[in-house]
Amino acid sequence: MEIFRAENVEKKFGDFVALDNVSISVPKGSVFGLLGPNGAGKTTLIRIINQITAPDKGALFFDGRPLKAEDVARIGYLPEERGLYKKMKVGEQALYLARLRGVSKNDALKRLKYWFEKFEIQTWWDKKVEELSKGMQQKVQFIVTILHEPPLLIFDEPFSGFDPINANILKQEILNMREKGSTVIFSTHNMGSVEELCNYITLINKSRVILEGEISQVRNTYKSDIYELSFTGDPEKLKLALNEKYTIKSLTENQGIHTAIIKVTEQVTENRLLSLIINSVHIISFQEVLPGMNDIFIKVVEETNQSVTL
Amino acid sequence: MSKTSLIIKREYLTRVRKKSFLVMTILGPILFAAMMIVPIWMAQIEDTEEKLIAVVDSSGMFRNVIPDSENLRFEYLENEDIELLKNTFKARGFYGVLYISHIVTYAPNTVIFYSDKQPGISVNMHISNALEKEIEDRKLAAYNIENLDEIMASVKTNISIRNFKITDDGSEKESNAGVSMAVGYASGFLIYLFIFLFGAQVMRGVIEEKTSRIVEVMVSSVKPFQLMMGKIVGIALVGLTQFVLWIILTFTIVTVVQATLFPELSQSPTQQALNPTGLFEDGGQAATGENAAVAQEAISEDMVQIQNVLEAVRDINIGVMIGSFIFYFLGGYLLYGSLFAAIGGAVDNETDTQQFMFPITIPLIIGIFVMINTINSPESPLSFWFSIIPLTSPIVMMVRIPFGVPYWELALSAALLILTFIFTTWLAGKIYRVGILMYGKKVNYAELWKWIRYKN
Repeated sequence: MEIFRAENVEKKFGDFVALDNVSISVPKGSVFGLLGPNGAGKTTLIRIINQITAPDKGALFFDGRPLKAEDVARIGYLPEERGLYKKMKVGEQALYLARLRGVSKNDALKRLKYWFEKFEIQTWWDKKVEELSKGMQQKVQFIVTILHEPPLLIFDEPFSGFDPINANILKQEILNMREKGSTVIFSTHNMGSVEELCNYITLINKSRVILEGEISQVRNTYKSDIYELSFTGDPEKLKLALNEKYTIKSLTENQGIHTAIIKVTEQVTENRLLSLIINSVHIISFQEVLPGMNDIFIKVVEETNQSVTL
Repeated sequence: MSKTSLIIKREYLTRVRKKSFLVMTILGPILFAAMMIVPIWMAQIEDTEEKLIAVVDSSGMFRNVIPDSENLRFEYLENEDIELLKNTFKARGFYGVLYISHIVTYAPNTVIFYSDKQPGISVNMHISNALEKEIEDRKLAAYNIENLDEIMASVKTNISIRNFKITDDGSEKESNAGVSMAVGYASGFLIYLFIFLFGAQVMRGVIEEKTSRIVEVMVSSVKPFQLMMGKIVGIALVGLTQFVLWIILTFTIVTVVQATLFPELSQSPTQQALNPTGLFEDGGQAATGENAAVAQEAISEDMVQIQNVLEAVRDINIGVMIGSFIFYFLGGYLLYGSLFAAIGGAVDNETDTQQFMFPITIPLIIGIFVMINTINSPESPLSFWFSIIPLTSPIVMMVRIPFGVPYWELALSAALLILTFIFTTWLAGKIYRVGILMYGKKVNYAELWKWIRYKN
């Protein structure tokens, strides 16, 4: 069951096509990574989900029915370009933004109390936003985003501007949110955090979806038969043991332990590779290297860029 | 509470609670009051220093003719050498020397005042009036006319012109060009001021939202149009609040200051008539003796004028005036406020606003120029057209209304203004909607045109 679905969405700005026949489906309870290089159309898609802009063509569904204006109360959005009124007091502002999202005054006050205590920032209530550091402002911003307890949360580059400690708190909160049943759409260039948090991804490039699916499947699809071998002994013997079907991509040494990255050129099993080298060196560890999201990202994007230029 | 009213409330409260609002609210009336009171005060304090003037009268006709006033005293010297006196008058404690030649009756230019300072006009006037009167009296007396005083009193006439306007239905209405002018000018100028002051605030508010990057958070909760209108309406209310406070405070200050510093000015016209010396304080003696009649006449002349002014104020259709003031006030502000909002949305910071401010500023300034022209000729084609064209009508029409404007012209001008502000608000909404989410882009008119054509 998906919480949000977009079908064949198209959006043009004058002659520029920002989204070309884009369809996405966000499963309920997932952390959904929306990836793509700058200018791919991610922000446009996110703005369409938030009903900031309307698509030229295509259909949008929220929780199985067509998306409607009141659904903004069921979506929490932390934009990449985010900020607060600098001259306004923290508490007053949080209350204002919550009420604009349709939370009643009493509920908003109750929830704000809870979150301010949880983040230990009660003393900020009467401070002006401009008196807070950037990291502090981000915390307030985060609280404001989730205060109306929406079933769908959208974070656009949420970690920019956070120090590692606060980024960790934020990560934890995102995972907590998912535990509680919220769905998170997560747009970022930080592939490390994608691997860590997401279980679904959609990759957009040049206004089109070029890759989508569960993250483990994606990584399996793009594995490129590379193995990492740690061993002690003579690296020359290893080289001799491997025939032309194998290439050693790199060989490094650290305190007597060698690490080799081996690429298999033909379809061979791990066992076959191991049997070839088992007598040449002393094996400490051996594992297949799954491609990181970073590599997949670069590979897929470059492939589509080439096919476009051709 | 609806989202738009939440926005209006925030825009209103944050501005009204600002220190600068408080400062402006207090300073404004003090400045206005000062503009009204200071000239009166200056007129009063000017020359409080007592001046002793030596009079050397070689004609021998004017002994004790020039009356002393509050701060002018005249000492008539006999057998003084004027050349010597010119060098020694200061040492002898005189402010100046008045020399009247013996041929003054047929050579009026031979009265000379010597002083080391330039005497004020009031000093010169005081002296020349007294001398003229004396010479006139003497010349008249030379004709040996019987009952001269009675004849003079009955001959003296003062004309003050009353203006009557004949309206279309044939009835006559008394009008007063001066009052119409003042009321029209004040309201036209207030509208101009309001549009500029608070239109610019709308623009700055939008730019602030853009630069603080809150705008995308906002438009994910509310429609950009709601955000824009909330801001425009909120600031309009701030402006109205400020003006109402200004008016109340200005009148309070003026009344209090007048009552404490110049009690004679706050007397009612009747009191002034009963107590003429009050009005002629700087020439207290003018109200005595034979001059009393003249003074009395001046008073009744003043009374007529005051009455005329009051009648003229009554005559300006107060209902139409207030109604149209509020209408043009809001209409003009909404028209320009939305354009200012569009500019704020299109640019990244205030320095980039110049190129877009220009076409907005021009019609406003033209409006002010036409307004000045309109005061002199409220019925000219120039005044007519600029009071119909919506970009200038809020300013120009306000000046014409006190002079009387046919209702069809008012209706046409109002209808066009409404249509235009609906159009500009729609247009501004389109530019605003795209602009607020656009960062770091140098925007020109071609770009704006593209935005207007974007679909939602």
